[in-house]
Amino acid sequence: MSDKFISLEGIAKRYPAPGGLTTTIFENLWLSMNRGEFTCVIGHSGCGKTTVLNILAGLDTPSEGAVIVDNLAIDGPSLDRAVIFQGHSLLPWRTVMGNVSYAVSSKWRRWSSAQVRAQAQKFIDLVGLTGSEHKHPSELSGGMKQRVGIARALSIQPKMMLMDEPFSALDALTRGTLQDEVRRICQETGQTTFMITHDVDEAIYLADNIVLMTNGPGAVLAEVVVNPLPKDRKRTEVHKHPLYYAVRNHIVDFLVSRSRTFVEQTPGFDPRHVPLVRPGLDEPPPEPDSTVVRLASRGH
Amino acid sequence: MLRSLPLRAAALSVVVFFTFMLAWHLAVRGTTAVQQMDPEYAKLMGVTATHGKSAMPGPLDVAATLWGHLKRPFYDNGPNDKGLGIQLGYSIARVAIGYFLAVIVAIPIGFLIGMSPLMSRALDPFIQVLKPISPLAWMPLALYTIKDSSLSAIFVIFICSLWPMMINTAFGVSAVRKEWLNVARTLEVGTFRRAFTVILPAAAPTIVTGMRISIGIAWLVIVAAEMLVGGTGIGYFVWNEWNNLSITNVINAILLIGLVGMLLDQILARFARLVTFPE
Repeated sequence: MSDKFISLEGIAKRYPAPGGLTTTIFENLWLSMNRGEFTCVIGHSGCGKTTVLNILAGLDTPSEGAVIVDNLAIDGPSLDRAVIFQGHSLLPWRTVMGNVSYAVSSKWRRWSSAQVRAQAQKFIDLVGLTGSEHKHPSELSGGMKQRVGIARALSIQPKMMLMDEPFSALDALTRGTLQDEVRRICQETGQTTFMITHDVDEAIYLADNIVLMTNGPGAVLAEVVVNPLPKDRKRTEVHKHPLYYAVRNHIVDFLVSRSRTFVEQTPGFDPRHVPLVRPGLDEPPPEPDSTVVRLASRGH
Repeated sequence: MLRSLPLRAAALSVVVFFTFMLAWHLAVRGTTAVQQMDPEYAKLMGVTATHGKSAMPGPLDVAATLWGHLKRPFYDNGPNDKGLGIQLGYSIARVAIGYFLAVIVAIPIGFLIGMSPLMSRALDPFIQVLKPISPLAWMPLALYTIKDSSLSAIFVIFICSLWPMMINTAFGVSAVRKEWLNVARTLEVGTFRRAFTVILPAAAPTIVTGMRISIGIAWLVIVAAEMLVGGTGIGYFVWNEWNNLSITNVINAILLIGLVGMLLDQILARFARLVTFPE
């Protein structure tokens, strides 16, 4: 594959455990992402999703393996890879403008303050925070804080964005609006994005590829679900798409049962070639009855 | 209640003040029996013996002397008779010099300890041993080595202000949230810029709290230090007036020590409000 932009090459994370043993959080993860693609990783808590993201960000190092971005192995954090943290992690003593321009002036150190402000203002406008430039984070709602986080990440015009459950702390309405914004911005800017989420609907709405991760310890990437939904999908319409439930049920099934048993049940699994699946296209659509049963069993 | 809380609190403060003043006034009225004595002998005895007046001054005596001091705070009639303004000035100057020397030393070392676990562990035993030493215990050593009583007092202020600031700075720096440091890391911010743009503002409230504790201790210690070294300063004034048996002046000095201490604390409190950020 020559067009791959980012690839995880056999990364593992191990921690020493009591008694001279080691705990393997995950091992032998192989994954590649193309430029401009939106990839979501979904999996249960504790499977090491955040660690994978931190390794991609350069904030953490893998015990084995390497991460290649744009043909270069990464070595530490970089301005090419912007991170949107789970907590907004804005600097509380700086205003909205101060937080965004801090990032801008970190990237372009020789810029005049007018240039920095202009660039910061552009991205504050992009996330719809015009007029709140002089507010401190404590004066903003959760959704607005996360918008500042997004503006800060985008303002340095990174090669890729890494998002760690960016909307998990928000109420449903705000989350919906911000998902729309992120989708719009990613499509407009052609941003390569890697996002972690717990929310199946969010993954289906936003992602081109949804990576399913099994439970830790010893987590692996089980499948890459290729999203069959059209590119111009709308958040309020996605659930009406004929393939929506096939994709959704496939992911929910995985999370409810297969994420625990995947490793034992798939003896010949080759982690270097994670299978691509297209639910609803590769397999016959599920029986209407079984859909009802599956929906009912979701509230486990 | 209809009236606001601050108003009620102020009213209660006034009541407490006047109750205390009244109790004080009544307590020091003359009660002892007046002895009949030879007029020549009576001249040698104080008013305590001749008029039955208490040796303890009442609030009105204190207020009258205080007014006298406040009218002429800066007179200088020689080594043992200087205005209270001059005496307080000496004390404040000593505290200021010792305290600022301590700021210059404590904050960088605190930063180092907070940022480096190695330095933290290496220096911890020294800090733990040096911190509980009463600053006045250093006085003989300071007098012997520095050979100057005024500088020795400044050294004692320095040593007592050092520890709270150093420990608070180290704690504040080491407790900076990981997520803020990660923001700096992902933006490839260099060590120095990170120290000044992330760590310092994040740790500033804790550092200033340490500075506030230190200024309080420094003001407590200066009085005792000046009692020992003598010469000038409010502490020396207190001891000198005790030797003169002027309880009125001692009470005046106590009052002013309290007021200046409060003022110093308020300055630091205002500084703390400047650097505190709401989350």
